[in-house]
Amino acid sequence: METNLAPLLPSAEVVLTALSVLLLDLFIRKDEKGLLVWISLIGLALAGGMALFLWGSHEGAFQDSILLDDFALFFTELFLGAAAITILSSVHYVRETNIHEGEFYALVLLSTFGMILMAAANDLILFFLGLETMSIGVYILTGMWRERSQASEAAMKYFLIGAFATGFLLYGIALIYGAAGSTHLGRIASALGQTKSHGSIILSAGVFLLFVGLAFKVAAVPFHFWVPDVYDGAPTPVSAFMAVAVKAAAFAGWARIFLYQLSPLQSEWTLPLKALAILTMTVGNLLAISQSSVKRMLAYSSIAHAGYLLIALVAGGESGGQALLFYLLSYAAMTFGAFGVLIALKEGENDHEAYSDFAGLGFKRPFLGMAMSLFMLSLAGFPPLAGFTGKFYLFRSAVVAGHIDLAIIGALNSLLSVVYYLRVIVMMYMEEGGAEGKPFARAPYLYLAIAIAVLGTVYLGVLPAPALDLSRISFISLH
Amino acid sequence: MTHPFFPVLVLFFFAGSVVLALLLIAQMVGPKRPNPVKDEPFESGNPPKGDARIRFPVKFYLVAMLFLIFDLEGVFLYPWAVLFRRLGIFGLVEMGIFLTVVVVGFVYAWKKGALDWE
Amino acid sequence: MSGDMILFFILASLSVIFSLLVIFPRNVVHSAMALAATLFFVAVLFLTLDAPMLAILQVLVYAGAIMILFLFVIMLLNPAALEGRRIAWWTLGSLAAVALLLELVSLFFYRPSPSGQPPVAAAFGGPETLAQSLFTDFALPFEIASVLLLVAIIGAVALAKREG
Repeated sequence: METNLAPLLPSAEVVLTALSVLLLDLFIRKDEKGLLVWISLIGLALAGGMALFLWGSHEGAFQDSILLDDFALFFTELFLGAAAITILSSVHYVRETNIHEGEFYALVLLSTFGMILMAAANDLILFFLGLETMSIGVYILTGMWRERSQASEAAMKYFLIGAFATGFLLYGIALIYGAAGSTHLGRIASALGQTKSHGSIILSAGVFLLFVGLAFKVAAVPFHFWVPDVYDGAPTPVSAFMAVAVKAAAFAGWARIFLYQLSPLQSEWTLPLKALAILTMTVGNLLAISQSSVKRMLAYSSIAHAGYLLIALVAGGESGGQALLFYLLSYAAMTFGAFGVLIALKEGENDHEAYSDFAGLGFKRPFLGMAMSLFMLSLAGFPPLAGFTGKFYLFRSAVVAGHIDLAIIGALNSLLSVVYYLRVIVMMYMEEGGAEGKPFARAPYLYLAIAIAVLGTVYLGVLPAPALDLSRISFISLH
Repeated sequence: MTHPFFPVLVLFFFAGSVVLALLLIAQMVGPKRPNPVKDEPFESGNPPKGDARIRFPVKFYLVAMLFLIFDLEGVFLYPWAVLFRRLGIFGLVEMGIFLTVVVVGFVYAWKKGALDWE
Repeated sequence: MSGDMILFFILASLSVIFSLLVIFPRNVVHSAMALAATLFFVAVLFLTLDAPMLAILQVLVYAGAIMILFLFVIMLLNPAALEGRRIAWWTLGSLAAVALLLELVSLFFYRPSPSGQPPVAAAFGGPETLAQSLFTDFALPFEIASVLLLVAIIGAVALAKREG
């Protein structure tokens, strides 16, 4: 049996790295654990190199159940980068909290493997397996800080609600299989063309359930209620990983399944999706305002941003796809940065996650203060930062697709969000007496991660053209 | 009526009948002379202490979970064994990769002491 | 009524009866035993549908391994503390059950005509056919399942192992 293994190279490399980290961890002394970080990072870099090398190819393997196109590679690079930043920002965190390092890095890598599959899968079974590998990995990561009971509670909540969502998703896949006779997205799409009358109810029910399952994963309102507790209870680097990578993976699957393969059904879901987008933005922003903890604020803000991203799915087409991919990049940079600064504030037992802990940070740690201000301004959508450019293209895609109302509601929501993002900056520069924040010498890796996030936030805002081209090319490669 | 599993049904029927019959016969012909000592739950000859239904340590859960996982792994081996010859080298490599990944998990669980009962 | 139909109704009513016995007893261990019986009868239903492999896996994995996990968890949670407590979710649960029933019934009536699908081969549910498609057409999902199992192993050990 001849099989083309090229589409699997980057993901296989990630699994291999995870296996090495897991095994090596068993045989080295506690003071040698730094080695694991390097192995993970080198493995991720190698996988990233492979993905770059494969850029531009367009092929499938295993009866086209997994595809190698620029869309898959774009997300592969995004997930690999997200994993690298997560590992960089957790090096000090896991040591402070006595989280087992080997398992932690291995699980980050294995979840990343699941995400890569989700973006590349052209078959619902593979998509489901990728989603489960990612989700189970992240449930465990959430609960790995065993000394803290909130982490166990968060893991339990996340697991139960996630399993519930998976149930919806799997039932949806089963119904789609019943209606179309295949789990292969290409064959489902061609079955869609043939069947008009019978089977359409089963198919709609299946699509609806798939929709609900994914809405849970991207944390869209009304499927968002788990987010604040889970993000709050999880170790902060894991919260960032969830907010960025898990969300991006669900959106990748959503884009491939709904914007491309099942796009003939688009008229059926435009209206519910639009309602979902409006609800998600508005509820996320309104609830974010009333928070007193910055970590919880960031959790609600991630809900609001899922709402913005849903605009791109409503808009669809080339401009929607481009806006979706570009905004995911921008969102990744600024969210990782904001969570990174939050990690830098942690001192021993005390997490320092309240607004008041940020008081005076701008003077005590000028770099952290400057970086956090940039991330907050970018999240709120001020030019010339990544968040502004991203939102501009999101709203533009909505206007292009004729959803001017969505663009207006989105813009109003951005205004609303300024309230709570600016509050952090005001705290940092106009109040006194907050937390100290780790100096560079005590957390060099974390500072590196924050610096990368700063560069990304500024670069994507000032010089968006290359990344926009990349997003457009990647999205077009779906077709 | 020659379903290939019909003999299994017959087997279940007879096994069930034997159990039922033995219980009924014991009930009918056995002498019944109960006394308080006889009615006590049997605990290796010692007088019973406390409630039988106590809270078990979480170690049991770990064992059950690992059993379940490796049981699932074993499930894949049955159909593979049936088709072993026809799958040839491809099947061997396939199962080799699968088992390598799971064996890494096994080594991990072993080295972590998850299989020890202290 | 043919023999197959009679067999089906016997098995179907047995599984329904035992699934009701899962919900009603106050002792959770009784519920668990009834669940094992239900899973067993569903396995026999699979047998009558010419899916022996699935039937045996159902007994081996569900009625076997997963039920053991259930019982261990019940023992962990100290069943005496759970006894006699009625959870006030009856209305919600019943509503969900009715909704599911309505959905299944409507799907049953709207099912696509079988004409479009190729007929199922006689040896469809046997271990050979299953192996054939699992190890050729679904070779990739099979390999990924190993990674999923690995993640589960790490999770079980990392979260449940007493810190030593």
